[in-house]
Amino acid sequence: MDAIRFETHPDRYRHWKLRFEGEVATLDLDIPEDGGLRPGYVLKQNSYDLGVDIELADAIQRIRFEHPEVKALVVSGAKDRVFCSGANIYMLGSSTHAFKVNFCKFTNETRLYLEDLAEHSGVRTLAALTGACAGGGYELAMACERILLVDDGSSAVSLPEVPLLGVLPGTGGLTRLVDKRKVRRDLADAFSTVAEGVRGKRALAWGLVDRVEKKSGFSEALKETVSELVQGAKERTGQGVTLTPLAPERDGEVTRYRYVELRVDAEARVAHLSISAPEEPTPSTAEALRAAGADAWALRMFRELDDALLDLRFNHPQIGLLVLRTTGSAEQVLASDASLIELAKTDWFASEILLHMRRVLKRLDLMARTVFAIVDQDTCFAGSLLELALAADRSFMLDVDDGPTLACSELNFGALPMASGLTRLEARFYGAPEQVGKVREHMASEGAIDTEAARELGLVTYTPDDIDWEDEVRIAMEERAAFSPDALTGMEASLRFVGPETLETKIFGRLSAWQNWIFQRPNAVGERGGLTTYGTPERPKFNFDRT
Amino acid sequence: MSQIDHSQKIPNNVDLSSDRKLQRALEKWLPNFISWWTEMGPEGFQTKDVYLRTAISADSQGWAHFDYVKMPDYRWGIFLADPVKDRRIPCGDDYGKPVWQEIPGEHRNTLRRIIVTQGDTEPASVEQQRLLGQTCPSLYDLRNLFQVNVEEGRHLWAMVYLLHSYFGRDGREEAEALLERRSGDDNNPRILGAFNAPCDDWLSFFMFTFFTDRDGKYQLLALSESAFDPLSRTTRFMLTEEAHHMFVGETGILRVLDRTCQVMKDNPGKSARELGVIDLETIQRALNFWYSISLDLFGGEVSSNAASYFAAGLKGRAKEAQYEDHVCLDQVFEMDKIEGGKLSQEEVPLRNAMNEVLRTEYTEDCQRGVNKWNRMIQEHGVDFVLTLPSRRFNRQIGLYAGLYFTPEGSLIGREEWEAKRDTWLPTDTDRAYVKSLMNRPVYEPGKMANWIAAPKQGIKGRPVDFEYVRLD
Repeated sequence: MDAIRFETHPDRYRHWKLRFEGEVATLDLDIPEDGGLRPGYVLKQNSYDLGVDIELADAIQRIRFEHPEVKALVVSGAKDRVFCSGANIYMLGSSTHAFKVNFCKFTNETRLYLEDLAEHSGVRTLAALTGACAGGGYELAMACERILLVDDGSSAVSLPEVPLLGVLPGTGGLTRLVDKRKVRRDLADAFSTVAEGVRGKRALAWGLVDRVEKKSGFSEALKETVSELVQGAKERTGQGVTLTPLAPERDGEVTRYRYVELRVDAEARVAHLSISAPEEPTPSTAEALRAAGADAWALRMFRELDDALLDLRFNHPQIGLLVLRTTGSAEQVLASDASLIELAKTDWFASEILLHMRRVLKRLDLMARTVFAIVDQDTCFAGSLLELALAADRSFMLDVDDGPTLACSELNFGALPMASGLTRLEARFYGAPEQVGKVREHMASEGAIDTEAARELGLVTYTPDDIDWEDEVRIAMEERAAFSPDALTGMEASLRFVGPETLETKIFGRLSAWQNWIFQRPNAVGERGGLTTYGTPERPKFNFDRT
Repeated sequence: MSQIDHSQKIPNNVDLSSDRKLQRALEKWLPNFISWWTEMGPEGFQTKDVYLRTAISADSQGWAHFDYVKMPDYRWGIFLADPVKDRRIPCGDDYGKPVWQEIPGEHRNTLRRIIVTQGDTEPASVEQQRLLGQTCPSLYDLRNLFQVNVEEGRHLWAMVYLLHSYFGRDGREEAEALLERRSGDDNNPRILGAFNAPCDDWLSFFMFTFFTDRDGKYQLLALSESAFDPLSRTTRFMLTEEAHHMFVGETGILRVLDRTCQVMKDNPGKSARELGVIDLETIQRALNFWYSISLDLFGGEVSSNAASYFAAGLKGRAKEAQYEDHVCLDQVFEMDKIEGGKLSQEEVPLRNAMNEVLRTEYTEDCQRGVNKWNRMIQEHGVDFVLTLPSRRFNRQIGLYAGLYFTPEGSLIGREEWEAKRDTWLPTDTDRAYVKSLMNRPVYEPGKMANWIAAPKQGIKGRPVDFEYVRLD
């Protein structure tokens, strides 16, 4: 199968029509039936596959960076009587387990990006449903701040997965029903077991939508709601920044971006990801930053990292271990961090760069791969790059005279939280919060953290000296590669996300884990499972044992 | 870091002089080893000259160099048997693939555990035997004791070499811990049970070297089949030294039997104890004890560890080449099990029965030595046969632990066991009697204690009355 690529552009969208009218952007879903990413299924009734979501993610990203004038995003459907019927069942039925899991993870991330757009960038979001909205379609709607549903006697919102397919709504639907929309749990239960869904007034009464309107008054209602939403929305002034193509050079096992290099060692099942610091000083004024645009290191590098992570997830399922290295000047990284923090107080572009960093780092946290950070000579795990080492499951730091150092910037203390809302330092020192203060104090007094200090502060796992280094690192990697990948995924996910639950951690930790379990069970994917028999003359036959 | 010229002090064939990693590890470990030896090695003889065999190289010329040496100055060396060209993994799932010169990460922890467990027995036995010099039956035996002790010390070095060279920081920590555990110390005991039992009289010492060191031999044979080539080469070289320990045990008991039978024959009508020699019943009871606790060292009869060690190629069977099938996935082993108070046979997958396979070979090897002892008894015309008890007798580990069996192997109740225990296993009276024979050492060259016959010949062509240890 051809590799799946994540870079696209509105000029090439096949599934969405992105329109801009003043301060309102509209995304109309219009999926061609033959528009699937791979052959073998037909995208009927605006049902989607990964290709549809790749475009959606791109559109959200471009609205953020390229269209500062936009204050509201309307998500709507271009087809008659149907907004979206969710993820394509035949696509799911014919996918590998690993693909299904990654597909759901990516769509979940994209839904969260929609919410992030509204919450942190001030672009208000509205789902305008002029037709049936089922499963993943309704989950997409729920990721918007408001839902407007046409009251035509037939258009319903529904989550038919349980009654129809024997699986779960896998894109956060159940969690958002009760945690975000705060639908009463017994009503949510009833709603989630009625395949045909709920329409009109009842949908409104149950809190499933925010407004219902007859077809005749629908566009007026839409306008009204939009103008309500954009009241007091924050102004983002100045020119947008065009997101230029990353255009990596792919050479067999190596992918070279400008600041990121991904080297895949298929035999060892290890991927080496090297990240370079900026070579030149980062712009320190908003004007200069705008002039640098998509070439600004912090934006470019994290976009490249994001692309490499997605490449690993979808195109290299056999790779179990991701080894992170950084090279270059820590001073330049710290300078970039410092100017972004300063500029973000007033400049939306700087602020968007930080928000993007945060999302990419969360993507790294969610990798179902072991992550090791290698802090050896000439590395620069500083500030925003220190987050990579803190995201790793284990870190190795070389202990020699004049060896490597770590460093913090203000970014490590709040701007880049994990899904739990904790910073990676807070999560690391969950049992000893005073350690975070000690790290800060050490930075203030010493300026950098050498290996001995890193060990004492608890910032790294192992600190072999030059004699042990090679063996320790090699053996740790080989050992890791030999364990059960399933057990490691479960273990790592359990250990990474310490601390409080949020909507996000519940979606990835609870809903996804259940869904992935169900996806493996004969009741879903067995010979007579719900997914298998969907659309065939056979009815599913369940094994009724409960656990 | 202070620089010691290791290659001068430490004979080796592992290129120590250009191995920074090993040098650094030894810098720290060596002083600790010497202080362990001073504290826990043979008590009272550290400054004496002992006529010892020292391995100064791995070839046939160098591995047996004899000279007087003070034990703390003994040149503990690091030797690996010569590499076998294009050696292949001799057993398990990876049978036939090239052996490993480095540890595959996935087997690191298991191999470390295996090496630490083997390594721990070496200093343990030195500790168990540290007071024996004060009750020795002759200078010849005293020298043999010390030869065994320094070689156990060298075997510790061999295992520490592997830990230092292949296991990084963890290995160094484990190497330190090998010097910190103490035989018989409740708070910090040696890992295996038999190595915490006291070995403080010479009958026990001979039994220990015959039975318990023979377990060591079989473990080394199994490890010399390892896919991890440095372990295989290290243990192959250790086996050449281990043979001497078994010789000490086998001939030691043989000389005890010779003396007992001779004295009994010369003094009809008197009991052995009246005559100041060790009676055959006491010898049988000591045999029963040391044989049964040595059997425990092989581990459980049915063992998932044994299966996974074999499958991974970490450990083979003794002389793996003698078998036809080296993968052993489809074969079964007939095992005696206890079901509802009765013995029954059950088929166990062969891989899970590998401990029992090794134990079976061990038992046969023990029987060969016992046969020699019995021939000695016969030659004296004494009507007594020493027998190995059933493998089920007096076991603390495995299928038969927690149950009671006669030396013939019949299942009995606890009451019967309690009633007959003292006829089967050494009693306090036995121990007190044996010790009473040995309350005074014999240090005069050529002289023997009353309870043991002189050896047929001395060491390395030297006469029996050679001054093997200079006590002045």
